[in-house]
Amino acid sequence: MTLSIQKIRKRFGTFAALDDVSFDVPDGTFLALLGPSGSGKTTLLRILGGLEQADLGHVAFAGLDWLMLPARERRAGFVFQHYALFKHMTVAKNIAFGLDVRPARQRPSRAEIARRVDELLALVQLEGLGGRYPSQLSGGQRQRVALARALAIEPRMLLLDEPFGALDAKVRKELRVWLRGLHDRLGLTTVFVTHDQEEALALGDRVAVMNKGRIEQLAAPADLIARPATPFVSEFLEDVRPQARATNIVALR
Amino acid sequence: MSRFRRPTEDHPLTRWLLTLIALGFVGLFLILPLVEVFKEALGEGLEAALTAIKEPESLAAIRLTLIAAAIAVPLNAVFGAAAAWAIAKFDFAGKSFLVTLIDLPFSVSPVVSGLIYVLVFGLQGWLGPWLAEHDIKIVFALPGIVLATIFVTFPFVARELIPLMTDQGRDEEEAAVSLGASGWATFRRVTLPNIKWGLLYGILLCNARAMGEFGAVSVVSGHIRGLTETMPLHIEALYNDYNYAAAFAVAALLALLALVTLALKSLLEWRFADELAASRTH
Repeated sequence: MTLSIQKIRKRFGTFAALDDVSFDVPDGTFLALLGPSGSGKTTLLRILGGLEQADLGHVAFAGLDWLMLPARERRAGFVFQHYALFKHMTVAKNIAFGLDVRPARQRPSRAEIARRVDELLALVQLEGLGGRYPSQLSGGQRQRVALARALAIEPRMLLLDEPFGALDAKVRKELRVWLRGLHDRLGLTTVFVTHDQEEALALGDRVAVMNKGRIEQLAAPADLIARPATPFVSEFLEDVRPQARATNIVALR
Repeated sequence: MSRFRRPTEDHPLTRWLLTLIALGFVGLFLILPLVEVFKEALGEGLEAALTAIKEPESLAAIRLTLIAAAIAVPLNAVFGAAAAWAIAKFDFAGKSFLVTLIDLPFSVSPVVSGLIYVLVFGLQGWLGPWLAEHDIKIVFALPGIVLATIFVTFPFVARELIPLMTDQGRDEEEAAVSLGASGWATFRRVTLPNIKWGLLYGILLCNARAMGEFGAVSVVSGHIRGLTETMPLHIEALYNDYNYAAAFAVAALLALLALVTLALKSLLEWRFADELAASRTH
């Protein structure tokens, strides 16, 4: 099974946000979409999440004609840059939301939902904070709540839109390591948007470098560093190349 | 011991002067007239005022005012929320035109808006003959009064909600949809709780204005005593009849209704201050 994206196009007015994007990655991949702002990475993610409509193109995933599914039936766990937690609900209610809104016949019992919420709180290391409101949490904690909320619906894929963008450098690094560990445990296909080269190279099994609505190169981090396919990729990764070699990101995989 | 002023602090005299001017203005133009209304109303005792209010024509006016507000306010709450939702959460052609249009009732004189309804629905109007044929009364009847009230009070809820909803963005709604919520569930569980204070405030303002509207209602009502006179119209009629005691008694009651509305708002703000503050911070 693969995530197969074929000839996706999207225009906003006269601006081509995505211009014929096609690629395949195997199921369970941690895919990082890397590029400068305006390169189309977030648009692609939002199309996968059903928050934006592609003008043209096709996505096959999990044996489904993905883009024909309405957003609410895709079970794509979406995590937003600014968390988008429901401010007026407790952490527990936030996490339970995806289960609470299911039609009565598919909704788990109240006890079952409570059990799942506790499990997820433990998974994101926020045990005992279920009764808090989002405003009472730190940025890093909020983003972990957002992740738990996305995981509660047993997502078919996980979509992360610069999830650490609003956090300070130290928390960002901690969460990065933790997220990668979580991905390896759950085995979900994960698409991760970032403009931070180091983050993309450290996290992704595959990194897709995007520019002006096109994929410049899709490769494993080591290959990107060793064999940049275009001048843009070479230039875009210039700053991190010595670092990547020194810390030997490549050897981590 | 001398006390240093902070660089941003004004001279004490300036502060006193400004406060005095503000208080004087409020006292002279807001509080004094209100006090005067109640003084006149109760000049001949509470008994006399109550008798004036219990006149059948006064009771009819009170009933009509409450009925008109009871129809107009919920409709405007729904229309206003829908308009604000569309404007704040979606992009479409003609959006800024729609925003301008919502403000129209504020900029057009209420008398003119009343006349519009007479021109459209009146006997000499576009739809007049057809309506007369089918025995439907709009002008000089309750439907006309309700329509005029709706027109005049339309902007209150929408105006209150548009900046609020625009500020909140679409993130939470998008999150809800991606978690599997239907449109209705998203509105009920996410959008509504986020806007409830703004909505309530808009509804209270809308209600205060709906009960007090004079100009537009005056034109469409036809001033039929005991039938199509709302409280403001009835007050004017009593006043023109030199029936000052009764006029002021009804006026005091109308003012009281407005004051209750304001008190209700303050009470809610005070009671739910924490929640209010929480819903404003992100």
